[in-house]
Amino acid sequence: MNGLFERKYIIQGIFIAVAAIIAARLSYLQLIDKSYLLSANNNVLRKMVIYPARGVILDRNGEVLVQNEPVYDLLVTPREVKDLDTALLCELVGIDKEGFQRRMATARSYSPYKASQFEKQLPATAYAKLQEHLYKFRGFYIQNRTVRSYPDSVAAQFLGYIQEVNDRDIERSNGFYRPGDYIGASGVESAYEDLLRGQRGVKNVMVDAFNRPQGAFAEGRYDTLAVAGDGLISSLDKDLQLLAEKLMRNKIGSVVAIEPATGEILTFVSSPGYDPNMMVGRERGNNYATLLQDPYKPMFIRPIQAQYPPGSVFKVVSALTAQQAGMIDEHTVFNCPGGYRYGGGRIMRCMHVDGPTQLIKSIQHSCNTYYGYTYARMIDQRGMPSAESYDLWREAVMKFGIGHSLGIDLPGEKSGLLPTSEFYTKRYGNAKWGSSYNISLSIGQGEMGITPLQMANVMAIVANRGFYYRPHLIKAIGEQKIVKPEFTEKIFAGVDEQYYEPVIEGMSRVVNIPGGTGYSVRIADIEMCGKTGTAQNPHGQDHAVFFAFAPRENPKIAIAVVVENAGFGGTWAGPIVSMLVEKYLKDTVTLPQYIQDRIYNADLLPKPKTAKPQEKIVKTGPNKPSSPHKEPDEEVLFVHHSALARRYE
Amino acid sequence: MNNPHRHRLFGGEVDWFTIILWLLLCIIGWFNIHAAVFDPENPGLFSMATNYGKQSIYIFSAMLLAIAILIVDAKFYSSISPILYAITILLLIVVLIIGRNVGGNQAWIPIGSFRLQPSEFAKLATCLLLGRYLSTQSNRTPNLKTLFAGSAIVLLPVILVLLQPDTGSALAFFALVFVFYREGYISGPWMLFGALCILLFVLTLAFHQWLVIAVIAAICGLGIYYFRRRRKAITSLIALFVISSAYVFCVDFVYENVLQPHQRNRIDVILGKIDDPRGQGYNLNQSMIAIGSGQFWGKGYLQGTQTKYNFVPEQSTDFIFCTIGEEWGFVGSMVVISLYVTLLLRIVNIAERQRTAFARIYAYGVASILFFHFAINIGMTIGIVPIIGIPLPFISYGGSSLWSFTILLFIMLKFDANKKGIV
Repeated sequence: MNGLFERKYIIQGIFIAVAAIIAARLSYLQLIDKSYLLSANNNVLRKMVIYPARGVILDRNGEVLVQNEPVYDLLVTPREVKDLDTALLCELVGIDKEGFQRRMATARSYSPYKASQFEKQLPATAYAKLQEHLYKFRGFYIQNRTVRSYPDSVAAQFLGYIQEVNDRDIERSNGFYRPGDYIGASGVESAYEDLLRGQRGVKNVMVDAFNRPQGAFAEGRYDTLAVAGDGLISSLDKDLQLLAEKLMRNKIGSVVAIEPATGEILTFVSSPGYDPNMMVGRERGNNYATLLQDPYKPMFIRPIQAQYPPGSVFKVVSALTAQQAGMIDEHTVFNCPGGYRYGGGRIMRCMHVDGPTQLIKSIQHSCNTYYGYTYARMIDQRGMPSAESYDLWREAVMKFGIGHSLGIDLPGEKSGLLPTSEFYTKRYGNAKWGSSYNISLSIGQGEMGITPLQMANVMAIVANRGFYYRPHLIKAIGEQKIVKPEFTEKIFAGVDEQYYEPVIEGMSRVVNIPGGTGYSVRIADIEMCGKTGTAQNPHGQDHAVFFAFAPRENPKIAIAVVVENAGFGGTWAGPIVSMLVEKYLKDTVTLPQYIQDRIYNADLLPKPKTAKPQEKIVKTGPNKPSSPHKEPDEEVLFVHHSALARRYE
Repeated sequence: MNNPHRHRLFGGEVDWFTIILWLLLCIIGWFNIHAAVFDPENPGLFSMATNYGKQSIYIFSAMLLAIAILIVDAKFYSSISPILYAITILLLIVVLIIGRNVGGNQAWIPIGSFRLQPSEFAKLATCLLLGRYLSTQSNRTPNLKTLFAGSAIVLLPVILVLLQPDTGSALAFFALVFVFYREGYISGPWMLFGALCILLFVLTLAFHQWLVIAVIAAICGLGIYYFRRRRKAITSLIALFVISSAYVFCVDFVYENVLQPHQRNRIDVILGKIDDPRGQGYNLNQSMIAIGSGQFWGKGYLQGTQTKYNFVPEQSTDFIFCTIGEEWGFVGSMVVISLYVTLLLRIVNIAERQRTAFARIYAYGVASILFFHFAINIGMTIGIVPIIGIPLPFISYGGSSLWSFTILLFIMLKFDANKKGIV
């Protein structure tokens, strides 16, 4: 044997040592360092978000108000872009070279390795063309999404709109939303966001080294399905809404109609409105800016955000609360000498001299004097300090849904204004104030603000003879047609049923007795009870108000219409109410054509200050705009007789 | 001898244990090649056109080849070795002229649809000739003349392979240093010196040359201080410093001026001088991800995502170990490594029981070559040596490689079976 035999062991030792080094390294790679597992998953796994379809919103008759339309987002992973035919891509997407470079720079700054949005919401036509060539654009992908679409362009402020989430939304949602997601930003879209949005799905797709999809990961075991958002059935009547929007064209104001028996809102118009389709698609940004800059503020949701002194419609509430308080009854008579003197030679005028007036007539003629006396009794003659009796009065008024928000299922509802006794005590320096200090409250003027929704709700209370359901826009949710429990709760307005009859009789006479302020808009075969009003506007023309319910027995609709800067309620708001009520109850409109045309064609938008003061009210049509209905009993407090006269010259 | 693994066949006692190891590695190779080229979109499709289809043919023909080798008389290999060596050298020259360029290396001779890689067979021829030459000198004391002559036999094919240029295959020949060591041509200290040279080489590339020289200077300085009473030690240390400094400069020069840019890059990546997971480091990075993500039990057969979706390049040839590491995990990797170590130790044992110096030297050559391929190939996939394109013996896809390693191994087995006879 060779003497070098021992070297065998050294050589074998070297073999084993090297194998041991390899084994040690392997145990580090495979057993200790977990980052490689992560990298391997990152290599092959692409989490594709599957966006759920947002819930569809239907009207009360099952007609579509909002639906979804597919659009296509173009995504890019900058590092994968190779040999790109930039010109072709730009042409297909419809952008220029600068736009391309800007988008690429944005995407690169987000991440060179991750996909980010290159162009969003490509319409189906552009997508079809792009799809054909997509294989040429390495690193570009299409992601399907849906956007909102409004087949009738109706009820924009009611439905609201969705927008891309901002950082605050993402933070508030604890990471539920991700950049690029959409969230309801106003209206029903916002109020019912949690239900409408549905549940995002995740699809784990494996890709190869060239980022080509290779199928589902682990047979889809970790995938989650997208769950479409719940559908909503709104209380809206689409046909009625369309008519109301048409009637309110070129006018500023609101229409709110409620089904008294349920509190369901039948019509919800904020005018001027906008086409909800403007808030969708690639032009959305520009449109949004345009709407925000619009001097008539179409984004302002007037039915729940505009607050007006209600004017004489408030007399209904006064009459009811005073009866309940026992301060007047059906037979109480006050003498109307053409105004209510409340000391110091001051007078709150009526438009008439009615002499002895009892309750029904006071409503029928909208007698300021009557309610001056009534309010004086409510505040001064209850055997307690006036601040206390004022609080009682206020409490009673608030039960009619005035001075607090009604809890409608829309964000941004205003509570309205109804000052506390402390407010007056503070204002007058001590508690020794009385009814004469704020007598204008008796007729719904002064420090009182009521939203059109609250007005309509008051009317619903009267129609129901004493109670209401919370006005709401969504009557059923999802497949099971769930109704929110707070909308089935009957809310008592604090006035017993028997006190309603004289008030309703007075309101009926407003419409159905010749000479009433609503007589011109009466509806054949339907006993509508209504009340005109003029909401005081310190900034210009008064606002026309009309509210009504019909029919008198078993009322089906309670409605309030406010037309801003229109002056007298019976002229502008009355016909709108009449047409809507008739449309809803009889599905026709029988109002004389010339009145209809006058409403349709009227342009009551206040002109910019630079324009000529002379206003051309009627643009077209054969109707005679001259002296339609000079109502004798419209109260005018403080101002504006002259304005009225000029308008109806 | 009553070894259960050895039976009388082919005119001697064949070492069945080694044959089983060989077969296991071939089968493991086939399955992993299948996994590496597995197309999840067309599963179950067995086609001769695919790599694993071809590999079945290669394995089958390798078996026939093995039988043929065992049948042929052992003397034949000894006598044919000079001719075989000459033919190989000729082929290595031919390949430089008419060779097919694959992946930057002019290493392949196309024969019909089949490509021959002469450098694979050069290892066999070199081992045989080296064995024959050294064995003729075996009754003399090892001397420098024999060492140089033996080295020349090794270096001639090395130079030709380097010209292709196929650095990886060329480096494999240097593994034959074990043969010289075993035969006493190189002493232990010289082996250590060689190891130090390699260490310095790597350090020079990894760090700045002046830094390396500074460290050497510091060590030598300490040594001089320690041995300050012994003049001879001081002289040697100064000499050591001068020589290593010169060496460091040479290495740096070679690195900057001799190596190809892609080789420089590979070295830089492995040394961590470049951190570019998408560029030069891509192969290594993906390879380590594949192996690392296998974890303890692996992802399961055909379940390796790195492998299946082509993240790892050359995954059925040089990077086949990625597939093993990913799909079979730490357990599978250790099984493969154990098989190799067992095989290597077995070969050394076989070598030592040979009666003739030729058979022993040849067997050591086989062990050296296999060891180098095993260590470098796996080492590169897990990032401990630079990426050098050499196959994993018996496992990597490829006819040339499988056949040449099979021939290499079975000639040794033939010698072993026949050791009672006279070669």
